[in-house]
Amino acid sequence: MSETPFDADLMITVMSAFLDLPIQPEYRQGVASHLLASHRIAKSFLDLALDDEAEPAPVFTP
Amino acid sequence: MSKTASEIASAVRSGKTTARAQVQEALQRIEELNPALNAFTDVLTTRALQRADNIDLCIAADSDPGPLAGVPFAVKNLFDIEGFPTLAGSKINNAHTPATKDATLIARLEATGAILIGGLNMGEYAYDFTGENRHYGPSRNPHAPNHMSGGSSGGSGTAVASGMVPLSLGSDTNGSIRVPSSLCGLFGLKPTYGRLSRNGTFPFVASLDHLGPMARSTLDLALAYDAMRGHDVEDPAASAKEAPATLPLLNKGLDGLRIKRAGGYFSSGGHAEAFAAVDHVAKHLNALATIEISGAKEARSAAYIITMAEGAALHLDRLRIHHADFDPDVRDRLIAGAMIPGAWVAKAQKCRRVFHTEMMKVFDSCDVILAPATPCFAPKIGQTTIVIDGQELPLRPNMGLFTQPISFIGLPVVSVPVWLPGEKLPIGVQIISAPWREDIALRVSAWLENAGAVSAPIAKVESA
Repeated sequence: MSETPFDADLMITVMSAFLDLPIQPEYRQGVASHLLASHRIAKSFLDLALDDEAEPAPVFTP
Repeated sequence: MSKTASEIASAVRSGKTTARAQVQEALQRIEELNPALNAFTDVLTTRALQRADNIDLCIAADSDPGPLAGVPFAVKNLFDIEGFPTLAGSKINNAHTPATKDATLIARLEATGAILIGGLNMGEYAYDFTGENRHYGPSRNPHAPNHMSGGSSGGSGTAVASGMVPLSLGSDTNGSIRVPSSLCGLFGLKPTYGRLSRNGTFPFVASLDHLGPMARSTLDLALAYDAMRGHDVEDPAASAKEAPATLPLLNKGLDGLRIKRAGGYFSSGGHAEAFAAVDHVAKHLNALATIEISGAKEARSAAYIITMAEGAALHLDRLRIHHADFDPDVRDRLIAGAMIPGAWVAKAQKCRRVFHTEMMKVFDSCDVILAPATPCFAPKIGQTTIVIDGQELPLRPNMGLFTQPISFIGLPVVSVPVWLPGEKLPIGVQIISAPWREDIALRVSAWLENAGAVSAPIAKVESA
């Protein structure tokens, strides 16, 4: 995953509309900090090379 | 209550005391201490006394009320309690219709003679490691009331460590039984994922949610676990695998067990006390070898992302309508979670299987792994950051650094309480065993307890 910083505030604006999830102005700073944290934390596993055939953990048994 | 659950049950069963006397003692202690410690959100006086009288009648008639006869217990308030809305630490759920029956685990404990005495405070919707709650106030650490109980099963830790009840139930998605057990100085069991039924509890992250007991002795954990085990068709994640009783094996000792301490990820990223506690336990167990666990950092990261996304999915409609009624710390994390890409979640679930495969190889060469439970002693209430390796980080997510990779793949763990020399606060060590081997983790915990290496004394608390 790229190290390029992303614009969390822009993401909140766009995703709020996409999700039909109104976000109050006073929530934005907290949401942005969690988005930035998730972006930093996710990098470690997103960089793992996995086989195309790798099976996700949950398996539905009909 | 100074007695453990097993001591109470033994005294009630032998007629040395009555179930009513035990319930009254618990109610008295709750009345004295709860105003200062804030563990309980509901106290079931009438129900508990009626149930106690039934137990006493049963004993008077020479019938067997069960191995937990007369033992008062309490549950994190995400468990359904008949007649009460299931709060899950929230203000929003207070408007829910009252539960029409008890959660499966409550019913199973009561079927063996235990007596439900109340619902316990918790972090909102279980998205918490602190025990703080904006709506109901923090559950406090009985050993130092201006310190955190840990979360999200904070009230479950407070109630047992203060001696209000000898036994409580909590939930653990990423560490929420093990973190408060560590900070409050208790024994806590997070069983294998799928081992204990979650039917009748408010969920958080379905693919990671576990339930389990917290107590002041290993024997009490085993008694409660044995009473609650068994398949439940009402929980789709519940395993149909046979769940043998652990009690008969509890004092089998350490013979044949290969015990190693976790290295790498688990040997840095915490304060000195976290590793001193592992040293202490390892020394007693003569566990000289260290085992590297590759992929733990990635596992923790993947659990973090799954939690954000699944938690957000659960609450998305509530975030649209009731956003102002959430605890702001929880709300902002959930809103951010709603924006996590699906591709990240799918990859995280693939990483879960990869890490599971890695860990199964680790268990080829050992039976028990030792790791810190929390990165530090109980922080002060209101503290929002923690310094780890010289870096100031948000406290809330990082209290679960060491628990999160383990629950990610559902391994059974007993958190054991260590009191380091000269310290006024306890800290926990995780005793981790292979899937479905709760008996092994409990055996090691019991051995440590019998050796005097770990203990859970009742806190000396002054009433408000």
